[in-house]
Amino acid sequence: MSSNQVTIVGGGLVGAAIAYGAARRGLSVRVLDQGDTAFRASRGNFGLVWLSSKGGGMPEYARWTREAVGLWGGLHQELLDLTGVDSGLVQQGGFWLGFSDEEVQKRADLLAKIDREAGGIPFRMMEPAEIQQYLPDIGPKVAGGSWGAHDGMANPLFLLRALHSGLKKCGADIITGVDITAIEHDAAAGRFTARSRDGQSWISDRIVIAAGLGVSDLAGQIGIHAPVVTTRGQVLITERLKPFMDYPTNKARQTTEGTVQIGSTTEDVGLDDGTTVDKIEWLARRAVDTFPHLAHARLVRAWGALRPLTPDGYPIYQESETCPGGFAVVCHSGVTLAAIHANILGPWMGGLTDAPAGVARFRGSRFLGKNTRYASDH
Amino acid sequence: MNTETTDLIVIGSGPAGMAAAAEARALGMSVCVLDEQRVIGGQIYRRIEDTPEALRMILGKDYAAGSALADEFRRSGADYRPGATVWNLSGDGVVDYVADGGSRTISATNVLIATGAMERPFPIPGWTLPGVMGAGAAQIMLKGADARPSGPVVLAGCGPLLYLLAWQYLRAGVQLAGLVDTTPFSAYVAALGKIQGAVRGRKDLIKGLGLVSQVRLARVPVYSGAKSLEILGRDMAEGIRFQHKGKSREIAAGLVLLHQGVVPNTQLSWSLRARHGWDAGQLCWTPVTDEVGRLGQTAVYVAGDSRGIVGAIASGVQGRLAALAMHERSGGKVPPGRRAVLERQLARHVSLRPFLDRLYRPLDEHRIPADDVIVCRCEEVTAGDLRSYVDLGCLGPNQAKSFGRCGMGPCQGRLCGLTVTEVIAAARKAAPEEVGYYRIRPPIKPIHLGSFS
Amino acid sequence: MTTETLFSIPASAGQKMVRIEFEGETFQVPEGISVAAALLSNGRGAFRTSIVGGAPRAPYCMMGICFECLVEIDGIPARQGCMTPVRNGMIIRRQPGAPSLKALASGGRNEH
Ligand SMILES: Cc1cc2nc3c(=O)[nH]c(=O)nc-3n(C[C@H](O)[C@H](O)[C@H](O)COP(=O)(O)OP(=O)(O)OC[C@H]3O[C@@H](n4cnc5c(N)ncnc54)[C@H](O)[C@@H]3O)c2cc1C
Ligand SMILES: Cc1cc2nc3c(=O)[nH]c(=O)nc-3n(C[C@H](O)[C@H](O)[C@H](O)COP(=O)(O)OP(=O)(O)OC[C@H]3O[C@@H](n4cnc5c(N)ncnc54)[C@H](O)[C@@H]3O)c2cc1C
Ligand code: FES
Repeated sequence: MSSNQVTIVGGGLVGAAIAYGAARRGLSVRVLDQGDTAFRASRGNFGLVWLSSKGGGMPEYARWTREAVGLWGGLHQELLDLTGVDSGLVQQGGFWLGFSDEEVQKRADLLAKIDREAGGIPFRMMEPAEIQQYLPDIGPKVAGGSWGAHDGMANPLFLLRALHSGLKKCGADIITGVDITAIEHDAAAGRFTARSRDGQSWISDRIVIAAGLGVSDLAGQIGIHAPVVTTRGQVLITERLKPFMDYPTNKARQTTEGTVQIGSTTEDVGLDDGTTVDKIEWLARRAVDTFPHLAHARLVRAWGALRPLTPDGYPIYQESETCPGGFAVVCHSGVTLAAIHANILGPWMGGLTDAPAGVARFRGSRFLGKNTRYASDH
Repeated sequence: MNTETTDLIVIGSGPAGMAAAAEARALGMSVCVLDEQRVIGGQIYRRIEDTPEALRMILGKDYAAGSALADEFRRSGADYRPGATVWNLSGDGVVDYVADGGSRTISATNVLIATGAMERPFPIPGWTLPGVMGAGAAQIMLKGADARPSGPVVLAGCGPLLYLLAWQYLRAGVQLAGLVDTTPFSAYVAALGKIQGAVRGRKDLIKGLGLVSQVRLARVPVYSGAKSLEILGRDMAEGIRFQHKGKSREIAAGLVLLHQGVVPNTQLSWSLRARHGWDAGQLCWTPVTDEVGRLGQTAVYVAGDSRGIVGAIASGVQGRLAALAMHERSGGKVPPGRRAVLERQLARHVSLRPFLDRLYRPLDEHRIPADDVIVCRCEEVTAGDLRSYVDLGCLGPNQAKSFGRCGMGPCQGRLCGLTVTEVIAAARKAAPEEVGYYRIRPPIKPIHLGSFS
Repeated sequence: MTTETLFSIPASAGQKMVRIEFEGETFQVPEGISVAAALLSNGRGAFRTSIVGGAPRAPYCMMGICFECLVEIDGIPARQGCMTPVRNGMIIRRQPGAPSLKALASGGRNEH
């Protein structure tokens, strides 16, 4: 049992990004993560680095996301230089595609509202003929769409590996296969102890609970109200194809490897990360409606993954008032926000910087005594 | 739309599937048999209904014995659907398959997985080169197309199928440049410890050993106890190099046929999230079932090689026993004595297994290769890559897969899965059971996105 | 060419033959066999190049599981040669790397 400066519970994209941000600035960091088959949204997501339509109900979140996508290029290059792993960032703009005029109009209204409230989040609505200049293979069912110049994508799996590899390079300890069940705070010594199910324990000056679906319970133990809810997303992926889709869309994107990822559903099914034939069929039809040639591509895999969400869909970033040095983080869009998590949250939670401006808006206490409605943001 | 229903769906028309279907029909069940191939017979009895006479002679008596089963199956009146690729199965008996380009659904009170086996991956340097194939694959060429090697050919590895093919090639007049046998002498000694069980199967045993001695008699150079196999060549196989009696040897050949046993095709049972155990004798995963092959409390049973390698005859018997159990589960009556007869047959035909498993246990170095050997052929991930993911903290195949894409190609992990488990287990010094396997999900065969229109 | 092929199929009396074309060469092969078997017993060499490393590859399993036998058949890329029976007049070509979506959709016309 040695003392480390910062312990991060959870080695998904959120925990790993924060840990990396702290470790890169010289802090001594330890990551505690579960095993091979844990629920891990970071392994099952859609890989968009997306600004458009984020923060329709919270302009601070739109601005936070804008800053995040601006920092991504730097993180990508830094990880590439440090680890040789290419996290696959492509930021050349992206499309949202709609199948009906009503849908397209609603989209236009939403984007206009966000741009008005948050400022500096430009977009353009396009007719199918114009979209075709960018995505020549769209089908006749596409009624229109929006274009966001700041939107893009990355390879979330390689990002996760790059972060883990970067952590290693910075001397961090990554301890996998442990299930943390208790966090204790020794106020006098100002230290935290994390205990695992199998009886191990780790002591540190600071602790960050970034355990995805497991945040709520652990955060409660250090006095942070961090409610976590979840939806399941089912996703399909094809065999590798020659490049044909130059821009990612909300319904399908071609990865830099050539596979086409098709997503995703939003289902309220509790902790079931399985797949269902009806949703696989729905996703496949929707993809073929969007890009008819995809009918001839082979579907290699389908999966379900659980999104760690808060009740309003916006993140929780909070330091404990009763146990200073203890933090909790829950967030959707761990890919999009990876760079800001590394560059801003890492140093803050590691004790190197003050709380970032405006972060108080993301306190979990906003859910106390309220029945907030979840706002879907994609 | 109402889903089509039946009493029993059998997936696979090899010996296990055909026997189960025939038995179930005799008990009065309605049976639908789905197989992705266009003909019945499975692996051993491939093309059994239409083998040219000369080829039948070459393939031998065990092959020809399949005709009786094929006839029984045809006469049974089971609804057989060729070209039907099953891509999804649920524990309550719903099956989705693609035929003629469209996905269809059929459900049943009982489902039998009889999807057989595949050749164990043989990851050695150069195994991805053109000119390197499975010995089973070459046998498929022989059965399906009457195709024989035309130039120098080497058979390398171990296991009954390797010797069987050598024997069949001799009968077909094919010249073998060599039989590189990786069975170490020590394996014979160890296997003798299992002979007790094998006595009851001695007829099989004598037959098996007979094949090997006939190959030797035919003046084929046999290199026993060979190790460190390596394929030579840059763009095509040009030969094989190996260690034999302390010396490095090379044989030039444009065709190298590798084999080190067959392993169960467990994709469907894994996709149900059924429990699987590591079979330390056969070095593979097998689904955990009750004694008649049922998976937990589901409507799904497993029989034949997809439940654990037992060979063709025992596969058929297992299929029949499963049919009896499924019939009874649906409230049917089984003729007195039938089960006992089948159980005796099964005992006789599996008694040789522990002996064979021990004798033909593939060498560690041919399952857990050196760093530069490709493990995942689709995504070209090497054993060294996998070990570097273990260094990053990966404990099992799923995190390793997401870190390096191994298992993400169209073969869906079939050609790398066992190797990935064993490489990680060795690197972690953990048991394969602790390391686990890929999370297999539908579609368990790649299907076209347009299959739903 | 024939001396170089990996496999050969002995002629048998009464066997119905079909004509296929591979990379511009014409072969007579027995009806009913798989495309992969037909090519292995006629043309030598790789069927395709791998998508990641561009390495030459050829059929490995012959039973539909390894996807090493992918070839372009009648203009449609990436078809499993070991699972597809030959048909008279079939035009077969090598499959270099990943298939293109447009070609997949071309439904029978060659497009390069
Ligand atoms: C279908 C789908 C599509 C998505 N698409 C996008 C997208 O396009 N763009 C985007 O930005 N985001 C997307 N997301 C969201 C994104 O994946 C998540 O925001 C992100 O992965 C969350 O990361 P995380 O680290 O918080 O959670 P997770 O990845 O779930 O990781 C949590 C980690 O904590 C560990 N853990 C949990 N409990 C414990 C414990 N008690 N002890 C120790 N360790 C523990 C787990 O093992 C796990 O490793 C999508 C999500 C889904 C499901
Ligand atoms: C290439 C090869 C050659 C072999 N040759 C011999 C031999 O000559 N002699 C010998 O004794 N043993 C041989 N074996 C071992 C032999 O497989 C078994 O002993 C026996 O065939 C097992 O019978 P089975 O009914 O369990 O499965 P199989 O005979 O393998 O039948 C399984 C059937 O299931 C079908 N199937 C699989 N997946 C699906 C799906 N998703 N959808 C629809 N259908 C599906 C397959 O097409 C196949 O027809 C061979 C094995 C292999 C892999
Ligand atoms: S040769 Fe393996 S899939 Fe065709």
